[in-house]
Amino acid sequence: MPAAQFDYIAPTSVDEAVAALVEGGRDTRVMAGGTDLIVKIRHRMLFPKCIVNLKRIAGLDAITADKKNGLTIGATALLADVAAHKGIRRHYPTVAEAAGATANVQIRNMGTVVGNLCNASPSADNAPTLMAMAATVDIAGPRGIRSMPLDQFFQGPGITALKTGEIVTAIRVPPPVAGSGTAYHSLSQRGKLDCSAVGVGTMVVLKGDHCTNARIIVGACAPVPMRTQAAEKMLIGKQITDTLVRRAAQKASEETSPITDVRASAPYRWKMVSVLTIRALTDARKMALRRQ
Amino acid sequence: MKYDISLTVNGDTYNLAVEAWQTLNEVLREDLNLTGTKLGCGSGDCGACTVIVDGKSVSSCLTLAVEMDGRQILTVEGLAPSGETLHPIQEAFIEKGAIQCGFCTPGMELSALNLLETNPRPNDTQIRSAISGNLCRCTGYNKIVDAIAEAGRRMKPQSKARR
Repeated sequence: MPAAQFDYIAPTSVDEAVAALVEGGRDTRVMAGGTDLIVKIRHRMLFPKCIVNLKRIAGLDAITADKKNGLTIGATALLADVAAHKGIRRHYPTVAEAAGATANVQIRNMGTVVGNLCNASPSADNAPTLMAMAATVDIAGPRGIRSMPLDQFFQGPGITALKTGEIVTAIRVPPPVAGSGTAYHSLSQRGKLDCSAVGVGTMVVLKGDHCTNARIIVGACAPVPMRTQAAEKMLIGKQITDTLVRRAAQKASEETSPITDVRASAPYRWKMVSVLTIRALTDARKMALRRQ
Repeated sequence: MKYDISLTVNGDTYNLAVEAWQTLNEVLREDLNLTGTKLGCGSGDCGACTVIVDGKSVSSCLTLAVEMDGRQILTVEGLAPSGETLHPIQEAFIEKGAIQCGFCTPGMELSALNLLETNPRPNDTQIRSAISGNLCRCTGYNKIVDAIAEAGRRMKPQSKARR
């Protein structure tokens, strides 16, 4: 079968990339690692007339991670680089773990964290942790730059809040507050390689064993990575116990709306949301106690 | 429209005109006749197409050739450039019986190199994780894991001698 045909641009600045996307309209697609885009073209799900490669834009792969100013991951920073970054592993370990749990070695050497988010798969491995940590996305477009919370960015499977000509230039995570802990747990058929059937990212903030804030995000069990706010509310303001964790996990499961597909059945997913939420909350709680 | 690129493969520089939609895999196999690199699934799952670009293993089936302008590429042919002396990884694969049909072998060996260059004495778990993006339908992986561990032991003195 002959390959789909398209043109290629490798701009050297964000402004040039935005201009190319505005000019090309819907038929022009932005590419970072290409590990999702090229597969979609190969599988005849997309027929772009032009591809705009972001990887030649200097500085767009920058990562800054410290305890005071927060974490910034540029649009073309590789999954492998995020997984191995010393500052991220030290201050934002779950962000590094989620990046390291995405796909396989070769894909992590090509693909990017921001690309994983922009493909807006409900199962995107990097979304739950970053949403749990209240990350925001920096967006550049024809009308300048804007920023939005990551939990408003996802609009449906493969659909984001990006408008024509807009690209995500970076993802930002606020600095970790004292007493905060995070964790991500996922399940898939081939270990960690393929798309996750269920993924749960959590953040809890503890004062002593009192929970002052909690965020629970479930991946692959709704049209978008989903905040389970009723479960979060059960924890906030309470003394955290194993029993409460179990009840909140059950509530989180009830809030999701998984489907049966090639990766797992809906009943299995419901059950596993509860199991993974218990694990993620337990781990996040341990980290929060260490960080008091 | 064709795009002019200049890339280095196994130490040789090539100036090529490629179409935007040609993958690195197609250019290696069809334009440069370097058929050691295989094409398996074409979607980044099987690892048969693995090559090393600027020191990192990637799936050549998902890499556009046009992106490779100015890059250094290593394929399985570059592991034994003389064609006579094999690379320690290749020797270990033969000795440990880590090859049956051979289709996954080029990708496996380059994934092994990607691991051993940063971690010459990996444990079993690290080896299995390093080749988790490479499928083998013949050997059951155990012999491949043994071969990579053995290659690591052999490569260490060699790299010291080079310095």
